[in-house]
Amino acid sequence: MRISFRRFASVTTRSLVATLALACLTGADWRQFRGNDLTSVVADAKLPTTWSGTDDKTENIGWKAPLPGRGLSGPIVVNGRVYVTASSGFTQDRLHVLCFDQGSGKKLWERQFWATGRTMTHPKTTVASSTPCSDGTRIFAQFSSNDVACLDLDGNLLWYRGLTHDFPNASNSLGMASSPVVVGDTLICQVENDAESFATGLDVNNGASRWKKVRPKRANWTSPVTLKDESGRTQVMLQSSAGIEAIDANSGSKLWEFTKGASTIPSSVVTNGSLLIPSNGLTSVKPSAGSGFELLWNEGKLGPATASPIVLGDKVFTLNSAGVMSAAEVATGKLAWQLRLKGPFTSSPVGSGSHLVIFNEAGLGQVVNVAGEKGEIVSENDIKETILATPALSGNAIFVRSDKHLWKIGG
Amino acid sequence: MRLQYFASWCVAGAIAVSATSLPADEFDDHVAAIKSVQKEAIGNDAAANAVKALSTLPVTSLTRLLSAFQDASPLASNYLRAATETVVDRQLAAGVKLPTKDLEAFMLDRNQDPRARRLAYETLRRVDDTAEGRLIPGMLLDPGAEFRRDAVRLLIAKATEQAATNKDASIATYQEALKGATEEDQVKDISGALKKLGVTVDLQQHFGFLTNWKVIGPFDNKGLIGFDATYAPEKSIELAAKLTGQSGEVSWGDVTTKDDFGVIDIAKSLSPYKGAVMYLTTNFVSDRDRTVELRLGTPNAWKVWVNGQLLFGRDEYHRGMAIDQYRVKAALKSGTNSVLVKLCQNEQTEDWAQRYQLQLRVCDSSGVAIHEAKQTAHASK
Repeated sequence: MRISFRRFASVTTRSLVATLALACLTGADWRQFRGNDLTSVVADAKLPTTWSGTDDKTENIGWKAPLPGRGLSGPIVVNGRVYVTASSGFTQDRLHVLCFDQGSGKKLWERQFWATGRTMTHPKTTVASSTPCSDGTRIFAQFSSNDVACLDLDGNLLWYRGLTHDFPNASNSLGMASSPVVVGDTLICQVENDAESFATGLDVNNGASRWKKVRPKRANWTSPVTLKDESGRTQVMLQSSAGIEAIDANSGSKLWEFTKGASTIPSSVVTNGSLLIPSNGLTSVKPSAGSGFELLWNEGKLGPATASPIVLGDKVFTLNSAGVMSAAEVATGKLAWQLRLKGPFTSSPVGSGSHLVIFNEAGLGQVVNVAGEKGEIVSENDIKETILATPALSGNAIFVRSDKHLWKIGG
Repeated sequence: MRLQYFASWCVAGAIAVSATSLPADEFDDHVAAIKSVQKEAIGNDAAANAVKALSTLPVTSLTRLLSAFQDASPLASNYLRAATETVVDRQLAAGVKLPTKDLEAFMLDRNQDPRARRLAYETLRRVDDTAEGRLIPGMLLDPGAEFRRDAVRLLIAKATEQAATNKDASIATYQEALKGATEEDQVKDISGALKKLGVTVDLQQHFGFLTNWKVIGPFDNKGLIGFDATYAPEKSIELAAKLTGQSGEVSWGDVTTKDDFGVIDIAKSLSPYKGAVMYLTTNFVSDRDRTVELRLGTPNAWKVWVNGQLLFGRDEYHRGMAIDQYRVKAALKSGTNSVLVKLCQNEQTEDWAQRYQLQLRVCDSSGVAIHEAKQTAHASK
C-alpha cells in the first residue's frame, strides 16, 4: 500500500511539474476584462496578423470550442486554462462557467447555476455580459442578473451571492454589463442602475460584503479600473454618468472625485499612472498620492462610442459610432490621425507591439499597424460569427468568444 | 502521453475510491447547512464546507442529493447543484456508471423539486441519447417550464411536418402544443401557424391577461415626485370619488384593451401625459386561497398592491418592455381580490421615451395562466 502511494505521489508530482511547465509555455495570465493591468495590451507578444475561420477557409486557428450560450463576457486566461461564461435558456436563466485547456481547447469542466436575479436584457446583449476575473486561485463570475459565483480553478464552488436576490430592485431591464475587478482580498462589483444603485466590495474568501456604497441612480455599464498611485496604493476608480469616484478597495471610502460627467458605456483606461476618462470626449487626469488629481488635458474629438479606449506606445486610440479610429498623443491629447474601419464595434481593441486587433460585431477581425505617421489596416480576418466580447491575449495567441464558439487564434 | 494517461487513471481511481456514502445524520447536517444560506452571504462558509463534503458522494447517492432540493431557496439550490454536478463529473471521469433508472424515476416524479428533476434529466442525457425521445413527449403539461417547452418544441416540429400533407392533423397537433406553451416565442409560433391554417387563438385568454380596468389620473409626477408620493387611491379605492389630480378634478373611468398581449396604452387610450401618475385597478376572483404570480410588462415606473398590500415597486423609465418583464408573487384569498397598479410617466422628450403602457397577467410559477373563478362587477368582460 505504501509503495503504491509513493508511486502514485511520484507520478502525480511529475504530472504537476509537467502541467506547470506547460502553463509557462502557454503564456501569461489575462485575468480580467482588458487584462491584468487593464490596458488591453501585452508588450512583447507576436500576435497573428492573418487568420480565417469560415466554412470555406481555416487559417491560423489554434482551436475552436462550442459554447452552450451567448455572451458579451470575454474569456480570461489563468494558469494554462481559459475561462468563459455564457447564458442559455429562453429566459437566459441558465448561467454557465466553463473552463478549457489553453493548449488543446478541450473542455475541462462546466458549472451551471440558476439566475436568482432578473434576466431580461436588450436582445443584443445577454445575461453573460460581464467578463469574469481571477486572483490566480479563484474565478469570480458576475452576470447581468447580479449573481456572483466564486469557484476554484477546478470548478469547485466556494461561494455564491445573488446581489439582486439580496437587493431586489438592483437590476436594469436592458441588462447590466460591468465587469468586476479583484484587489487583494476584495472583489469590487458595480451594480448601478436607475432604481437601486450601488457598488460593493466582497470578501473573496466567502462573498460577504466588506462595504456597500450608494451610487448614482442611473443605468451604467462601465467597469471599475485600478491604478497604483505614486505612493504605491491601489486606487479603484468607479465610473458613472456623474464622473469618477476613486475609492479605497478595502473600505470603499472616497479618495477623490471627478465630477464633470463620464460615459456610461466605454470604460476608462489607465496608462503610466494617469487615467483617460471617456468624459466630454476624452479627458486625462493624474491621481495624486493624496486625495486629489491633476487635470492633464481634454479633447472633445476623441469620444469613444461603445468600445473602451486603448493606449499603445505613445498614443491613445478611440473608436466612434461611425467606426472611425482616432489616434492622439497620449501626453497631450493632440489628434494625430484618423482611420475608417468596418464597424460597428461592441468589443474593445487589444494590442501588442505596433498592432491593434479589433473585432467588429460581424466577427471581422481588423489588424491595424499604428507604428507609422498614419494607421494602416494590415488585414481583415473573418470568422463570420457575431463577436461582442473583448478578446484575451496570452502567449502569442488571441482568445475570443463569438456567439457560438470560443476561439484560439494563432499561438 | 503514456505518463499522462497513467496519471489520469491514478487520479480517477483515487477519486472513485474516495467516493463514500455519508451517514444519514451527517448528510442531513450538510444539507441543512446549505439550506441555511441567507441573503448577504450569511451561512456561506458553512455551505461551502457542505458542498465540499457532498461533492465526494458516490453516484448511488445522487437521487438522495437531488431530493434535498425540495424547499431549498434559490441560493441554496445553486449550492446543491454545484455539489451534484461535481459528483457526476468526478464519477464519470472515474468510469463509474450513473444510476440511470433512478435518475429517470426521479425526473418523472412530479412531487420532487422541478429544478432537481430537470437536473436529473440533463444528467441522464449525458449518458442516454434516447432520453429525450422517450421521456419528453409525456411532459407537455409538466409543472416544470423547461420540460413543457421541450415537449412543445417537439410538437411544433411534428405539426410543421404535417402541415404540408394533412391540414387537420397539423391543426390538432398545434392545438395540443398550445396546451403546454407558456413562453411568448412558442405561443407566437403556434398561434401564427394556426392563423395560417384558419384557426384563431385567443391570446389574452391563453396568457391570462387582465384586460378591463378602472383608471384615474393624472396625478403629479413633475420632477419625478410621484413615485414616492402617496395619492388618495393608495389609501382607499373609492370608485365614485372625485379626487384632485395634477390639473383639476379627476374620477375613475374605464379602460380596456383588445390587444392580443393585453397591453393597456395610456398614451393612446387616454392622453400622452407627461410627468404623470395614473392608477389602474381591477378585481380578480379566486376560487381559493392561493399564491400566484402577477407578471407585468411596462416601460414606466410602477407599484402594485393586492388587497391593499404593497407587493413591489420599481422606479425605472424607458429601459424596455416585455411580456413577463417583472414577476411578483401575490397571495390571493378566496373570493374577490383587489389589484391596484400605480403607473408613472416621466418628462423625457425623446421619441423612444413616450410609451405609457402596462400589461399584467395572473399565472402560476411556471407561467400557466390562472383565470378568474367568475367575472366581477366593475371589471367584467
